[in-house]
Amino acid sequence: MSDLMQMLVAKYNYWIYITLMMIGLYAMIAKNNLVKKIVGMSIFQTAIILFYVSTGAKKGATIPIIEHGHGAETHVVHAVDYINPLPHVLMLTAIVVAVATLGVALALAIRVYNRYNTLEEDEILAQIREK
Amino acid sequence: MSQQYPALLVVVPLLSALVICGAGWVNKRLCFPIAVAALGVAAYSCIGLLLRVLDEGVIVYKLGGWDPPMGIAYYVDHLNGLVLVVVSVVALLNLIASKKSIDQEFPDKIGPFYTLYVLMVTGLLGIVVTGDAFNLYVLLEIAALTGYGLLAMGEDRAPLAALNYLYMGTIGACFYLLGVGYLYIVTGSLNMVDIARILPPLYQSKAVLGAFIICMVGVWLKMAFFPLHAWLPNAYTYAPSAASSLIAPLVTKVMIYVMIRLMLTVFTPEFAFTTLAVSDSIVWLAVIAIVMGAILALTERNLKKMLTYIVVAEVGYMVGGAWLGNRAGMTGAILHIVNDALMTLCVFLVAGNIVYKLKGYAFDDLKGLYRKMPFTMTAFTVGVLSMIGVPPTCGFFSKWYLILGAIRAEHWVFMGALLFSSLVNAVLFFRIIEIAFFEPFTDHHAHGHDHQPEPIDEAPLSMVVPLWIVAAALVIVGIYTSDIVTKIIQFAIPEGIL
Repeated sequence: MSDLMQMLVAKYNYWIYITLMMIGLYAMIAKNNLVKKIVGMSIFQTAIILFYVSTGAKKGATIPIIEHGHGAETHVVHAVDYINPLPHVLMLTAIVVAVATLGVALALAIRVYNRYNTLEEDEILAQIREK
Repeated sequence: MSQQYPALLVVVPLLSALVICGAGWVNKRLCFPIAVAALGVAAYSCIGLLLRVLDEGVIVYKLGGWDPPMGIAYYVDHLNGLVLVVVSVVALLNLIASKKSIDQEFPDKIGPFYTLYVLMVTGLLGIVVTGDAFNLYVLLEIAALTGYGLLAMGEDRAPLAALNYLYMGTIGACFYLLGVGYLYIVTGSLNMVDIARILPPLYQSKAVLGAFIICMVGVWLKMAFFPLHAWLPNAYTYAPSAASSLIAPLVTKVMIYVMIRLMLTVFTPEFAFTTLAVSDSIVWLAVIAIVMGAILALTERNLKKMLTYIVVAEVGYMVGGAWLGNRAGMTGAILHIVNDALMTLCVFLVAGNIVYKLKGYAFDDLKGLYRKMPFTMTAFTVGVLSMIGVPPTCGFFSKWYLILGAIRAEHWVFMGALLFSSLVNAVLFFRIIEIAFFEPFTDHHAHGHDHQPEPIDEAPLSMVVPLWIVAAALVIVGIYTSDIVTKIIQFAIPEGIL
């Protein structure tokens, strides 16, 4: 039992991202409303962004900006003192991608709404079957 | 100049897409020539690049002069050199062939369509050329987002189908991203070659195993590997013909390339085939994909939808061939990327011509087509023979290598599935040929003219000529198969695979 608790506490960032991801996945699969599905998709993507960002963190480290950067050739930089900036930079790109995806998804949802006058998936499918 | 080919083939289409978008506001007629020029330059660079690779071996192109693994590098070897040529040539031919149908289907959206088209080709070429795992994700999303837009421009049901594709495609891309994240945690690198260098001591790590499985599932979702295929048929069927004949031949094939790249370069074949004991079960999944694809295709009474299920079955061929774990199977899979891209392009262009003339693609619309559109249907026959796998056409040879691989791996069920699917393809296509050849044409609008012979009413020349080039390519690639295998594909497969 204590082992399990230790695992949960020590790796809590992973557990949070997995929980978020599953919430997103659940919404995408189980929700009937198209916009709710899109919201689920957004949560899903955000979970992965959280995962990446959390992997850059280190205990007792600070933001990766080197003080006295100019004219301080004698200054030694310890990588341990700074969190890893690369995952953060990658996630800037991923956020842009997520925003673009959300935009395209909402635009498609508008097209669907204009055609069927509803965003509920079962009603749309019923209309398709009627034809 | 030839030093810059790897950058040109991505940069030229990317910038042209922006130019096309602007030109669309000024004069819609400017869009097509710019798009053709851009893809022409891309195709020229790809062919030049392949020739250079044949001469010099692997080419490393450092973007911005930054050394890998810090900077992004483009690696071009025999495998992606070949796929690059296929992607760029297929995209160019389809662009020329589809001009008329684009003008007909959405005259007021010509600018946006060409912009998305060229951007999508940029994404696909970028996926193939890049040597950076995260860069691949970004380009994957460029290709996917433009793809959703292109597919949604089709019929009534297209936006809903594209939205479903978007959900699945996003999950797939996110899974790939997650897998790359795990790889980054254990190796600290995003460069594919660098990851491959660091990984071997870590093969027993659970994180590496997790990364591999998550990446694979993501890529399978994107390529519509059988249980994950549900988004594909509707999305491709209701799309405008110009979009479906771009996306159906290329997207699934490019994703197969990504899978093979992950298996061979990022994770070495020793890891994929020896450390992991999953190859047998994946071949079984491929068997199910092939059989189910064939059966689902049999139940359709609609040309385009039937073709989409054949695409699902063909994905099974390539995944199965790649995972057989021997040289013949891998050769078959890589060769089938080339052949299937051409075959699928051929039959979807035919579907495009039929839609252009008849406004429909149900089986009932096809009656008497051999008399009405003889040139289109002749090319269709060649494409069909290649799909079934009749010797002079290229479809036979890749199937031959796949079956050879199955025999060498003693995987008889996979061999049986390949033969079953060929048989079903024969049934499927001869059913269409029977309808189109023997049943008289019935016009929905005219009555009482059944007795006079049907006049030829062929699609315009600009649609027929590219189609014939593709049909001729099917035979020519078939004849030169042994050259392609001994000069290119042989070097694409690492020595470790016997």
